[in-house]
Amino acid sequence: MQQIIYFFQKYKYFLFFLLLQSIALFFTINNNSFHKSKFISSTNTITGGLYEKFSQFSDYFNLKTQNEELISENEQLKNLLEKYNSIGDSTVTLSVIDTSKYNQKYICSKAKIIKNDYHRPNNYLTIDRGTAQGVEKEMAVINSKGIIGITEKSSSNYTRVQSILNNNSKINARLKNDTHFGSLEWDGKDYNTVQLHDIPRQAALKIGDTIITGGKSTIFPEGILIGRIKKIDIKNNNRSIDIQLFNDMSSLGYVYVITHLDKKEINTLNNSTDE
Amino acid sequence: MNKVLYIPFLFLSLLFLQVFILNNILFLGSINPYLYVAFVIFYPLKKERYLFLFLSFLLGLSIDFFSDSGGINAFALLFVAYIRLFFIRVIFKKTEQDYLLFNLHQESFGKVFNYVIILIVIHHFILFSLANFSTQNFSSVLLNTLYSSIFTLILFFLGSYIFRRKEK
Repeated sequence: MQQIIYFFQKYKYFLFFLLLQSIALFFTINNNSFHKSKFISSTNTITGGLYEKFSQFSDYFNLKTQNEELISENEQLKNLLEKYNSIGDSTVTLSVIDTSKYNQKYICSKAKIIKNDYHRPNNYLTIDRGTAQGVEKEMAVINSKGIIGITEKSSSNYTRVQSILNNNSKINARLKNDTHFGSLEWDGKDYNTVQLHDIPRQAALKIGDTIITGGKSTIFPEGILIGRIKKIDIKNNNRSIDIQLFNDMSSLGYVYVITHLDKKEINTLNNSTDE
Repeated sequence: MNKVLYIPFLFLSLLFLQVFILNNILFLGSINPYLYVAFVIFYPLKKERYLFLFLSFLLGLSIDFFSDSGGINAFALLFVAYIRLFFIRVIFKKTEQDYLLFNLHQESFGKVFNYVIILIVIHHFILFSLANFSTQNFSSVLLNTLYSSIFTLILFFLGSYIFRRKEK
């Protein structure tokens, strides 16, 4: 008995150190797996609120680029609108609106990034929308130029987004002019370049081809822009494809969060076939 | 400065300096200084170490809260805080009786420089290895450690020089 007390006396600081160290290690390991609950994140009221205050200042520096992006997006949307107007201008006019034909699948809602990371191996963003505004986990986050990430954890007013610049991120992607699909990952090196893996060998690839989201998951709708093929490496029958992102991940401002309305239905269907 | 207020002041100023300013520097794309190690270097030496270890852990964890990094900052800072005593014994040849009178400004610059550089490099190496969290990209861990350590070191000595002049 005395031996034990003596032992504790001698190594009390070391034991205390080990205790705290194992707590830190536990958080670290927990943070590296996607589906576990996260304790340490910037979505809580204190850190989220402080980041929001700080981003109110730093927003002024980006006003010009934000405006330019908005104008170019407006231009794009106006052109689309013109296209639709010209369709409606034909001799046939639809008089009956059939709701089954206009089955809306996705809803966009805007959000603002209040914290952005792009230089670590695992990057996360924080946006200023949470469960109170209907943002939940596993929703797509995009902007006018392309994809940004997937929401991961929501508090009532803030949400943590797993950036595509994250070692754990895997996104279904395909070629724009082809239906072959692969999975989009990041090797942690350059924040403007991501990698496309597992694309079938028969797919014809050219440098400069556009890559878009594949729509095979319940998170991203099909056809959202990702980037251009920059380099194709062939190493022992394994093609690794570098993709230059359309988005500059180091300067992001306002984003859209996409809600998939049929997600529950698809998920229940998938789960029932698994059994 | 008042001794009671010194540690909370050091804690909060280093935390906010790191989170809101230094984490956004990103010199040449990815090089950041991690100046909050200065907490371990400036914390007064005491025989009783529970509070010191706990505060180091807490400072690291607070930075983790802000930067969504799990517990890597807490792990690295706590490790440096624990091994600090060993280097004080080896480099400055101090025993427990000298702890109360120990002051970094009164030591020779060469010794202080060695002491600071060892702590910073160990801290940065642990930080980047844990952030990487795999055996791949090990060269980038070493490069990041090197560059960021130099950056932190420059900032540390600039900062400590400025604040020392003020106290007089």
